[in-house]
Amino acid sequence: MNSNEEPIIEVVDLVRKFGDRAVIDDISFNVHPGETLVIMGGSGCGKSTLLRHMIGSMKPTSGSVRIFGEELTTMNEREIGCVRRRFGMLFQSGALLASLTVGENVALPLFQHTDKSADEIEQIVKQKLEMVGLTGFENLKPAEISGGMKKRVGLARALALDPELLFSDEPTSGLDPIMTAVVDQLTLKLTHGSHMTAVVVSHDMTSAFRIATRMIMLGHGSIVAQGTPEEIRTSTNPEVHQFINGEADGPIPLNLSQDEHEHHQHVKPRPFLSARYRFHHKTP
Amino acid sequence: MVFIGVRAAPMVALTAFSVGVTLAMQAAHSLQQLGAEIYVPDLVMVTLLREMGPVLIAVIVIGRSGSAVAAELGTMKVSEEIEALEVMAINPVQYLVVPRFLAMLVMLPALTIMGNYIGVFGGWAVCTLALDFNTAGYVLRALQSADTWDLYSGMIKSGVFAWIVITIACNAGLHVEGGAEGVGQATTASVVQALLAMLVTNAVLTGIFFFGA
Repeated sequence: MNSNEEPIIEVVDLVRKFGDRAVIDDISFNVHPGETLVIMGGSGCGKSTLLRHMIGSMKPTSGSVRIFGEELTTMNEREIGCVRRRFGMLFQSGALLASLTVGENVALPLFQHTDKSADEIEQIVKQKLEMVGLTGFENLKPAEISGGMKKRVGLARALALDPELLFSDEPTSGLDPIMTAVVDQLTLKLTHGSHMTAVVVSHDMTSAFRIATRMIMLGHGSIVAQGTPEEIRTSTNPEVHQFINGEADGPIPLNLSQDEHEHHQHVKPRPFLSARYRFHHKTP
Repeated sequence: MVFIGVRAAPMVALTAFSVGVTLAMQAAHSLQQLGAEIYVPDLVMVTLLREMGPVLIAVIVIGRSGSAVAAELGTMKVSEEIEALEVMAINPVQYLVVPRFLAMLVMLPALTIMGNYIGVFGGWAVCTLALDFNTAGYVLRALQSADTWDLYSGMIKSGVFAWIVITIACNAGLHVEGGAEGVGQATTASVVQALLAMLVTNAVLTGIFFFGA
């Protein structure tokens, strides 16, 4: 990490509300070139929403997101398109186009955004699929391969244009431990070798500690802790401790039982079942 | 293009043939009472070209291709494929909607022309087999009765229907929310809306074409 360089992403005072509920509540952080930033946190803590703001598919309620030094939140679709060509995104489900084959999926950004010939593109597609361990799968349809394979094809597609910046949404969930290691090593190789920057949303702690150069933990829409993997591992913050060690008991509220919070108290409980159904079952 | 057009052809053919036959039989039944069976070909031809051809073929295409487009785009929407395209800086409208739009705009009128031929052929079957027409007589009467405007008006209708159907289908598909259930609802909605819009437009166009001037 070289913090003297201009940050590649700057998130400043980002707030996003759905109705009255702030899903992202005043978050600020920077990502520097060559870093691998892992964003972690429990389900529903705002990780995916935060990621969607960084790729420009959601607009914040307030605050700013700057990417490659350009303000993303005020751009129109065309300008966002130009920025998007410079980064790759791996979706949680892979998000492959079901009507195209694996090879065509990886080739799609190349056909759309470069003038390369069909032969050159074929070579690149082969090489990218080889990187994720899927040589020879070019002609299968996404429906014919497993979820983990789809995700790896999604990664190959995200890397097709050799992006400077890679966003990954849960890159290793659904992969077996060996493939997780392969994907992690690939990320490490790209960030070290090609000076790529990576922003990874994950709650796979093994993988997160393997690849991260810096970590951010989110909770209730704000940053609970941030630092190097070593700082996070030795953190005394009880929420961080609970999360990275995967403990059921701790300060993170689970909403499992009656220990409800203030904002639920004045909501009148509504019966699940319709009156008719309950009546029916009450009769002896 | 292949899906909307070529694979719909057998279904269109069968429908058009049945309609031609039915039209001829009904026309024969009514016209016989007036002793005017000679007008059966006229009625079949004009009805097919102006109304039944464009409308019925559009109904088939709505049920078959409009619903398929809505469901396909809807599924792509819920499985993040549309978002993935956007993030790859590929405009989903350009990449997904435009080809479907063009395919529909070409294929629906083409299918309508084919349907018209086959419907007229169905009328011929009834006239020559059940009524006292010979082939030449039928063709002559049919051609005499219709002018080119009948054909063109049908084609204009068919083009307008194509535009309505594909716009509604794509719009429904791209605005799906809420998983598989949402896809189902959007598909149903697209069929119902497209049918209603198509039938109302047909009435309006008939009014403009044949009562206005």
